[in-house]
Amino acid sequence: MFAVEVHNLRKEFVRKQGRGLRKKRRRVAALKDVTFTIERGECVAVLGQNGSGKSTLVRLLATLLLHDGGAARVFGRDVFREQRAVQRLVNRVSVEASFFKKMSATENLSYAARFYGMTGAETKPKIPEILRRVGFPEDRRHDSMEHLSRGMQQKVALARALLTAPVLLLLDEPTTGLDPRSKLEVQQFIEEVRRTHDATILLCTHDLVEAEILADRVGILDDGELLCLEPPDDLKRRYGSATLEEAFFAATGRSFEEERDEDEDEVREVVRS
Amino acid sequence: MSHGAAATLRHELIGFSGVVQRNVYLVKRYIWWDVAFMLWTIANTLTIVFIARGVDVSKAQENALATKFLVGGVIWAYLGIIFEIVTETVAWERWEGTIEYTFMAPVSRPIHLFGMGIFAVLYGIVRAAILFVAVVAFIGIHVPHANYSAAVALLAIASISFIGIGMMTAVLPLISPEKGTQLGFIAQGLMLVVSGVYYDVSVLPGWMQWISKISPATYALRGSGLAWADVWPLIVLGVVSVPLGLFVFRTGERYAKKHGKLKRSG
Repeated sequence: MFAVEVHNLRKEFVRKQGRGLRKKRRRVAALKDVTFTIERGECVAVLGQNGSGKSTLVRLLATLLLHDGGAARVFGRDVFREQRAVQRLVNRVSVEASFFKKMSATENLSYAARFYGMTGAETKPKIPEILRRVGFPEDRRHDSMEHLSRGMQQKVALARALLTAPVLLLLDEPTTGLDPRSKLEVQQFIEEVRRTHDATILLCTHDLVEAEILADRVGILDDGELLCLEPPDDLKRRYGSATLEEAFFAATGRSFEEERDEDEDEVREVVRS
Repeated sequence: MSHGAAATLRHELIGFSGVVQRNVYLVKRYIWWDVAFMLWTIANTLTIVFIARGVDVSKAQENALATKFLVGGVIWAYLGIIFEIVTETVAWERWEGTIEYTFMAPVSRPIHLFGMGIFAVLYGIVRAAILFVAVVAFIGIHVPHANYSAAVALLAIASISFIGIGMMTAVLPLISPEKGTQLGFIAQGLMLVVSGVYYDVSVLPGWMQWISKISPATYALRGSGLAWADVWPLIVLGVVSVPLGLFVFRTGERYAKKHGKLKRSG
């Protein structure tokens, strides 16, 4: 059984353009028949520009979106029909560490763990232990999240995800915007998780070096299409490139730094206007 | 009960305690905001109760009017806060940025919403008790024949309907992130007007009196003792509003997932 099995997955968003009576709706494809599998214990990185569909893919697997076609299964469970079962297997770290800002790291982890069926007695010894493992300073555990740096908040986000022992970890640009030291610490912790946990990881990232270091296979998602998914060396060989960046350019015809509009955000902005 | 069902029930109850625990943490962290809100509510209620002191009637009539205003103010403070907390379930999470984590957690929606509702009831009881004691101490109203146990029982029944109606309005920010919260406030204001909080509903225009019939606050406020005429509409409203609230919320959540609105920034 595959950890993740995605077959012809499709997602579209409605875009409204124009004003007043001239307002028109059109459907914009965010994911176009994406198909791939991930083995248990594997780490797969998906590269793509903003708006390529990476976040849409993660949000579909996290049960935050409903699809428009195709299928997705997590450890044999249908993501769209067995949402509760899938939710028990999955956790996620996104680009923004989202917490109740006035509450402390310990308080945020404590209530969140209860949502996954862990009692107070279970989490009491586990929270300090997991915060120590992610390198979170002991004397800051009871400080409000709003007083913590972004790097520290992201460590708490990792701790929150791992506290519930997920078998599938969805990492959506977990190191974007972090300073180099925090970035390295987060990456080291992800490596440690791979070594010590029975966790499968889907990593969406902007960071090509991060993808090469952490992932067994790297995929390129461009304009909603998954162009390839293979080990980094095979990918470079396929496109006759020395680096992943060159391979990305060869595959998409665009440089990695080129920005596209964020998929869903773009749709929302158009709707507001 | 099978082992699987018992495990599911245990999981749900732990999730339920997580919702309540989170809100208790938030009250602790926002305690000075809560103190300010409490003082504002006391001042607001006193303003209304003092109107009775300015009316040119006998002492007994003045006391009766002040008591009516006090009871109306306290009951609305209680029911209004239940409605407000449940209604802001989504708006609050979106504002804090935690909405995605809560909605991808394996807690059933009824448990999530009832957790919010039960916390709101506990929070509302504490606020209503402080409000009642503070206003009575300040203005010196005598309510020797008040049937407190009947009032508490009536409010307990009314709370269920308020949780149900709150579920229906809680979904609005999911459907319209920009306007949803405002629509919730409009619903709360409408209920305040039609329910006869400070006056008898008979003074309202006919069409508003008709709306007052479907507001649970009308029966909670009208109740003197545990009269069946007030109890049965509250039971009916509770039985209808909770399943309807859950259905409406579920439908709204599905719409939000379909259209990509279940996200922190709307």
